Amino acid sequence: MRLIINKIVLLLSTLAAILGLVFLFWILITLTIKGISAINLHIFTNDLVNNGLRNLLVGQFVLAFIAVIIGVPIGMVAGIYLQEYSFGNKYAEFIRNLSDVMMSAPSIVIGTFVYAIIVSPVGHMNGWAGAIALAIMMIPIVVRTTDDMLGLVPKELREAGVAIGAPKYKVIFDIVIKAAKVGIMTGLLLAFARIVGETAPLLFTSGNSEYFTLNLNHEFPSLTVAIYTLATMPDKSLVDIAWAGAFLLTLFVLIINLLGRFVIKEKKK
Amino acid sequence: MNLEKVMDIKNFSFTYAGAEKPSLKNINLPIYYKKVTALIGPSGCGKSTLLRSLNRIHDLYPGNKYEGEILLKDLETGKMENILEYKKENELIKLRQRVGMIFQKPTPFPMSIYDNIAYGLRLMGKKNKAELDEKVEEALKGAALWNEVKDRLKDDARGLSGGQQQRLCIARAIAVEPEVLLMDEPTSALDPISTLAIEELVTKLKDKVTIVIVTHNMQQASRVSDFTAYMYLGELVEFGTTEQIFLNPQKKHTADYIAGKFG
Repeated sequence: MRLIINKIVLLLSTLAAILGLVFLFWILITLTIKGISAINLHIFTNDLVNNGLRNLLVGQFVLAFIAVIIGVPIGMVAGIYLQEYSFGNKYAEFIRNLSDVMMSAPSIVIGTFVYAIIVSPVGHMNGWAGAIALAIMMIPIVVRTTDDMLGLVPKELREAGVAIGAPKYKVIFDIVIKAAKVGIMTGLLLAFARIVGETAPLLFTSGNSEYFTLNLNHEFPSLTVAIYTLATMPDKSLVDIAWAGAFLLTLFVLIINLLGRFVIKEKKK
Repeated sequence: MNLEKVMDIKNFSFTYAGAEKPSLKNINLPIYYKKVTALIGPSGCGKSTLLRSLNRIHDLYPGNKYEGEILLKDLETGKMENILEYKKENELIKLRQRVGMIFQKPTPFPMSIYDNIAYGLRLMGKKNKAELDEKVEEALKGAALWNEVKDRLKDDARGLSGGQQQRLCIARAIAVEPEVLLMDEPTSALDPISTLAIEELVTKLKDKVTIVIVTHNMQQASRVSDFTAYMYLGELVEFGTTEQIFLNPQKKHTADYIAGKFG
């Protein structure tokens, strides 16, 4: 009897795994076929107004890059505080939990929040709002990574730093962060991969634009929002551009993730 | 024998944060200048706790309580100062430059061999390249590591073997020319050959610096130290010259421990 139950459980879990993978590959294969067939030089050299993706790709990177510039320092400082300065502080655990909850906050909620505090007062959607929404998504991930990676540094190393006569902040910046560098870098890379493919936080913060622009004070082009818009268009050529965009985005996220994993593996060696 | 105290521990008690009872009770112990003092005793007797009080590394964690006095001689004025009265970070930094420490596990910093040694010197404000080069070489020679690393000073220190890393830590500590060097079981993570190298180094170093060494290994204590303090359950049971403690202990408890009846 036990053997039979064992076999049934094995069968069910295998089926579930296969079912999951089938959908994953289905998505990837469809995406690759439709995406590759729509990719040509034209889409890299023209903006959306001329059925190209150039302004969208640049826009997506600009938004993500600014989000990194805002989010990484704030997140890292908060992570350093939690791991290095918060001993015996009863609020530290609360902040840590809150940050974890933030990590799983629905991205549309963050978009709505930024709409309320920035877009609504300013009166129109703009690039800054989009970048800030992405930064808010990124901060809890960076906090968590920094906190965890610094936590892996043995306390003897901190003691050794103090024992040679270094002030605490120097021990943290010269020794502890350097020792945790690879882990933190990997975490930042994965955090970047996480936000670079987000649509919901941008939907009503940065909006969209058909033209090439680097002016963040106005509506700003982004690949993800454009895919969302283009996919619902009746014109097949526009839908094809959306496929190309989706494929490029997926490829990019995949590469960053692989890079992150590769770095971790190298570190373990 | 001409003995001069460089540190003097008087009626010292120590309580860890949140603990009800003190971990060290009423310790009185002199540390003699340019001698090696070994702290021995079974696990949990407080020998590491005592050692870690001598440079106040316990202050990294809040809530620990020191009582009594730990006096450290100012080598210029000859005055004894109570290090437990230090409050400002500056005073503690100075203290740690004067009282260095070696840990159980080697703790190379994540930087080059050269920078590991130069780190403490730079903290003291030494920036001159030629002076740094000279001091780094001197420290590495002092720690019997120069010949092994002189061709790869720019390599990451974490690539050295365990025994080399520990000698690097010793070089790093002696580079800032401390008056006292604390060693917390410095060979317990090392193989016998590396252990021997460290022991030889300890004997050689006492021409320059006073050493306090915590060890689990009684043979090691008898080989390297001039004075031995035997501790048990947070109290100092017996202190004397190493010869006297090992050959002619005054207390039965000490004799039993040294004979290996417990511990």
